[in-house]
Amino acid sequence: MNQHAPAKFKRRDPSVPKGRQIADADVAALSRLLGDMPRRRDMLIEALHVVQDHHCHLSATNLAALAELFALAQVEVYEVASFYHHFDIVREGETPPAPLTIRVSTCVSCELAGCFELIRDLRAAVDPARVRVVEAPCIGQCDGAPAALVGRRVVRHATVETLLAACAGDTGRPDLPDYQTLDAYRAAGGYGALARVLSGEIAAEAAVAVMSDSGLRGLGGAGFPAGRKWGFVRGYAGPRLMTVNGDEGEPGTFKDRWWLERHPHRMLEGAQIAARVVGCERIYVYMRDEYPAVLEILRREMAALAAADIATVPMELRRGAGAYICGEESAMIESIEGKRGLPRHRPPYIAQVGLFGRPTLNQNVETLAWVPDILTHGADWFARQGAGEGHNGLRSFSVSGRVRDPGVKLAPAGIPLTRLIEEYCGGMEDGHVFKAFFPGGASGGIFPAHMADRPMDFGTWEPDQGFIGSHAVVILSDRDSVRDAALNTVKFFAHESCGQCTPCRAGTDKMVRMLEARQTDAALYEDLLEVMGDSSICGLGQAAGNCVRHLMRHFPDEFAPGADA
Amino acid sequence: MSLDDAPAQTIAFTLDGRAVTAAPGETIWQVAQRAGTMIPHLCWKDAPGYRADGNCRACMVEVAGERVRAASCKRRPSGGMVVTTGSDRVIRNRRMVFELLAADMPARATGPDPDSHFWRQSDLAGLTDAPRYPGGRPGAQKEIPVDSIFHDGSHPSIAVNLDACISCGLCDRACREVQVNDVIGMGGRGMDALPVFDAQDPMGLSTCVGCGECVQACPTGALMEKTLLDDTATRRAVVADTVKPSVCPFCGVGCQTEVHLKGNDIVKVDGRQGPANRGKLCIKGRFGMDYAMSPERLIRPLIRRDGVAKDPAAQMRFEDIDAVFREASWDEAMALAAGGLTAVRDAHGGQAIAGFGSAKGTNEEAYLFQKLIRQGFGTNNVDHCTRLCHASSVAALMEGVGSGAVSAPFTAADDSDCIMMIGCRPEQNHPVAATYFKQAAKRGAKLMIFDPRRQGMMRLATHPVIFEPGRDVPMLNAMIHTIIEEGLYDRQYVQANTDGFEALREKVKDFSPKAMAEICGVEAGYLRDLARTFATAERAIIFWGMGVSQHVHGTDNARCLIALSLITGQIGRPGTGLHPLRGQNNVQGASDAGLIPMVYPDYKSVEDADIRHRYEDAWGRALDPARGLTVVEIMHAVAAGNVRAMYVQGENPAMSDPDQTHARKALATLDHLVVQDIFFTETAWFADVILPASAQPEKPGTYTNSNRQVQLALPVRKPPGQARQDWKIIAEMAARSGLDWGYGGIDEVYAEMAGLMPSLDNIPWERLMREGAVCYPAKSVDGPGEEVIFYDGFPTASGRARLVPTDLVPPDELPDADFPMVLTTGRLLEHWHTGAMTRRATHLDAQESEPVVSMHPRDIGRQGLTRGQQVTVETRRGAITLTLRADRDVTPGMLFIPFCFVEAPANFLTNPQLDPYGKIPEFKFSAARILPAAATAAE
Repeated sequence: MNQHAPAKFKRRDPSVPKGRQIADADVAALSRLLGDMPRRRDMLIEALHVVQDHHCHLSATNLAALAELFALAQVEVYEVASFYHHFDIVREGETPPAPLTIRVSTCVSCELAGCFELIRDLRAAVDPARVRVVEAPCIGQCDGAPAALVGRRVVRHATVETLLAACAGDTGRPDLPDYQTLDAYRAAGGYGALARVLSGEIAAEAAVAVMSDSGLRGLGGAGFPAGRKWGFVRGYAGPRLMTVNGDEGEPGTFKDRWWLERHPHRMLEGAQIAARVVGCERIYVYMRDEYPAVLEILRREMAALAAADIATVPMELRRGAGAYICGEESAMIESIEGKRGLPRHRPPYIAQVGLFGRPTLNQNVETLAWVPDILTHGADWFARQGAGEGHNGLRSFSVSGRVRDPGVKLAPAGIPLTRLIEEYCGGMEDGHVFKAFFPGGASGGIFPAHMADRPMDFGTWEPDQGFIGSHAVVILSDRDSVRDAALNTVKFFAHESCGQCTPCRAGTDKMVRMLEARQTDAALYEDLLEVMGDSSICGLGQAAGNCVRHLMRHFPDEFAPGADA
Repeated sequence: MSLDDAPAQTIAFTLDGRAVTAAPGETIWQVAQRAGTMIPHLCWKDAPGYRADGNCRACMVEVAGERVRAASCKRRPSGGMVVTTGSDRVIRNRRMVFELLAADMPARATGPDPDSHFWRQSDLAGLTDAPRYPGGRPGAQKEIPVDSIFHDGSHPSIAVNLDACISCGLCDRACREVQVNDVIGMGGRGMDALPVFDAQDPMGLSTCVGCGECVQACPTGALMEKTLLDDTATRRAVVADTVKPSVCPFCGVGCQTEVHLKGNDIVKVDGRQGPANRGKLCIKGRFGMDYAMSPERLIRPLIRRDGVAKDPAAQMRFEDIDAVFREASWDEAMALAAGGLTAVRDAHGGQAIAGFGSAKGTNEEAYLFQKLIRQGFGTNNVDHCTRLCHASSVAALMEGVGSGAVSAPFTAADDSDCIMMIGCRPEQNHPVAATYFKQAAKRGAKLMIFDPRRQGMMRLATHPVIFEPGRDVPMLNAMIHTIIEEGLYDRQYVQANTDGFEALREKVKDFSPKAMAEICGVEAGYLRDLARTFATAERAIIFWGMGVSQHVHGTDNARCLIALSLITGQIGRPGTGLHPLRGQNNVQGASDAGLIPMVYPDYKSVEDADIRHRYEDAWGRALDPARGLTVVEIMHAVAAGNVRAMYVQGENPAMSDPDQTHARKALATLDHLVVQDIFFTETAWFADVILPASAQPEKPGTYTNSNRQVQLALPVRKPPGQARQDWKIIAEMAARSGLDWGYGGIDEVYAEMAGLMPSLDNIPWERLMREGAVCYPAKSVDGPGEEVIFYDGFPTASGRARLVPTDLVPPDELPDADFPMVLTTGRLLEHWHTGAMTRRATHLDAQESEPVVSMHPRDIGRQGLTRGQQVTVETRRGAITLTLRADRDVTPGMLFIPFCFVEAPANFLTNPQLDPYGKIPEFKFSAARILPAAATAAE
């Protein structure tokens, strides 16, 4: 015996070549299912959706067949499918999941509303062979907490009873709200601003200037001035592309959904204007999969728009697949390209090298929804609606938690939170005393009530390692644990970290483990927060520790009960 | 380059308070390294071909004015940037990164490799204490549970221990970007983001081709050679004591290697930065070297026992050797070996002797071997296996462009917009060369793959072409027809550099795509598209293999390719050219050195009196004025009794020649056969004397790869037992045959050979010792060799190339009612040639350990067969029984059998019919039938 010979290994089957074998028939069947969908790499996630929707899971055979049809390696399909939580991969010998999935939202607002008790009770009540109950990250129904998705149906203020009832109904299609259709929008003067841009009445330069003067900022969370961005992207040599970021995943945020479920054409017109002004050849609308109603509305209205011959820039709708990180613009671009949603390094910025390597204008849904109004009524009309010096325009605040009347609140930029609660949300819920708040979702940090008099706008919270981000305000009361809320956010980030860089992948994991173990050694947290903030590739990791930092700083009793703070 | 004399166009910035400059494209990490600052790094591999990914965050630096730190491996400095690599905060950051990673893996002492790059970098980053943070992965900070989901021992050669993985993705880049094998990816996300094989399959059951690039890239030991690990394949047990440079002994790519030895044993092989491989290897080079340590090595001379007859039907079982042969001293064996040859020479003349040299040996051995046959026995009957692979290509190239070598290296694919591959499957046969084609395709170059069978690389091809086997000429002529008819040829180039265009134009008039479509099985419109794509490419290059050459019309096939290249002017510029992918590691060199019956070294005709006189002067005797016999002709001459004695060095005609029943019968009739080899080959069964020789890692010498790169390899281990170096055995054979060579060392052999070979001008031995590899031709002794040739005409008498029109010649033996299938033969990735080495390389044999015939599953169903069953494949020449493999790559109507399995030698079946010019047999096309094995036995 040769001492160098391999000892223990699996001898492969000599009756076939290496690796998984599929039959011609498998490929043909999948090809029929996909129909005329182009077999292009960037359509991979769309194709995975078709298979998942049809079979309720992705078999390894179908992954291999998909690879063959798309001229990809098996692993290229697998790694994408395994990145997104809405895909269920079932390898040979594994049991497929139950045909129906209930995704119960577990964001802070839903936790305040008792989602974990609901999940426990629900699991006891359903037949696991028929229904799978999944703890899901925020589904953007925070003002209806606890909320859940039963198949493609949303159930707000969910109880075991309402969820079971939903299971019995048609779960394959969303309920569509009563929204403004293309005809209604046009009847109200919609697409008038676009017409003026197309006719040249409003020149591109003028449109950029109006945007700049209006003070409109990117409302996905970064707050970058829209006019400046348009100017930048225009400055790079074409061909240019545009993306619309509808991956509203920041826990506590639901305003983009709110807009699209009411006035989808405001965003569509804004996108057409922006693409025209900036000179983008194609618009990709990336919409999160947690919004089935919005996806259906956009499918219908984008088709109607294309048929109406109003728009000049072709648009494509792309469906996310359950990955918060794809709200990060470069990760979203990777996802549109049919890849795993890993944020890119900067430089280069996507304005220069973006989708398919081209200069790309990316804007949030709400940002675009303001564009037609601003062009119609002027920069000053918008700017002066702010709460004062340096605070321009209206903002859509997503307010949830312990207020009497949660929901999307259109309020002046820079309004103090105390006013927002009192004047827009009917004050605190009965029996609850305002204790703490998230100004900007899970990543913007958590602050004590006594800091609530500051203007709610970009720049306000940065000195305290927080930010307003997507204007997702969650209100906590004296009955709530800030520690639990902070832990909820860190668990969310650990769940949603793409896993690319060490500080975020390992850092969020350690943060969760330490908090769960009630570790109170502040130095461990400080070292971790520093490396996460300094050295994470993208904003997720950089901001993931904000709430823990604030827990330590502003709520020392909850961080380390009994210790002298 | 010092930091002060950087060239213009550089970027000036400040690094740790010092003014420095970066070359364009250089990263901060690279500038820091030049400046003497080693920034810790994990996911960045400082080697060509590896893209910086910046994910591990070990190499972070501070850039003044930026909110967050930057990954120095990826970040390029901009003018005026102020970078700090060693502030307290940066150092804290880095140490934290290592601490977090360490927290999620086993402790250093218990992990797979305590001496891994990770732990050495961890020392550099100053992580001294045990991590303070809770582990987040199974096995973290503990001993490895051997049955952990993170432990995958399914692959014969590579152990996967993902508990040591830091998710840096280097294995992914190694597999996908460097090798383009596309097996490894990063699956899952967050803490679950880990390498996966295919759809998270066990590595050994995945499509992994075992190149081991991931192992070479992995910084933690999560992917490691099993040869270095203990029985559980989880912990390091073997540490090499020496590391020596060498060159891979397998294919014509010529990868440079770094051989790690413990004592005399090769325990690990890495790729070295050679011009052909740029650090890469395939499974054979990395995991196939244990053939040299095989217990089956010949370690003493053997002599046939008196009275034991040579049985052409011998079953060839290793345990029977003692009954046929006895051990002998070197003196006795050499006396008998040389005595037998000289006796035949003296009794029957030199023409009764023939020699087969080897394309696996060194240039020096090849030179000495042909010199011995010519000078010692006065005959040109000396040939080698090039006859069986590219003889027809060489014939066409010599005729067309005046040189049998490639016009450009396979790395020219880097510069090419259109790569045409025909009759080759480089992913199996030239895996490292294939990486350049795949990379080119991924960057957007057009890739046209012509093959009667589907192949994996077609996934990356813009133009996959599955055509009727044996119908190359009609297909290629249809392309030439289109190019000429549509005026896409390069008029100026044709006029200035070629002869014979009008005759070609006339001839291809009959080959319209419409007329040829049905014959070659490629639709007319597609034929035109292919022609246009090739002709209109800025830079197009053609690579071909044995699917072109091993036909009765092999020379015509190659003529068509040459014409295609010449009329479009796709030659003589970077990214263009003609490249027959050479098979054996030294088939180019052995041919160059004159191991060919028609020519002396450098392809100088033996029939040219002037040349012959030169050699007669050099070698001091009259030489045979007529060309000698080729490989298959020699076998016929043996059978006819005209050749009575043979000296076979490192070749295995009993396995490699077509129609083996005939070949083995012939070998059995020889009066005297001397076999010099490292193993007891099938040919050795017919020997009178067997001389134990040295394996490639045991001997010094030079090898010339497919790219014309002459590479030097020195011994890295001692030969076993009494085995001797080949060149010394040949020299002693010469001495005992009456020649007085008196070489003091291999360098003297090289010097003599180079003195007779203008191709080696300016490449003296000392230069090879210094540089390791030099491409010929070299215009000066200090300038680089010329990789791309024919930029200023051709080495023909006129300086012009010759276009040779071709006719439609069908395969010799078309399928019929009795033999309805087309049988084609070839190789497997893991097995080399006749398997003499690779079947004894245990890691390779573990991958492909039994003979198989591949057939499309639809055909299998139609014929009522079941994959995995034993079947008998028959042709008019013989039958063999082997395992049926279902393979969708095999076109319906075809069968494929690799010829490396002694248990079922494919060459019992193949057709010995020869190409009239190259004298190469039609290995690629026989009419065959397939039956369940039992049915045949019953007949």
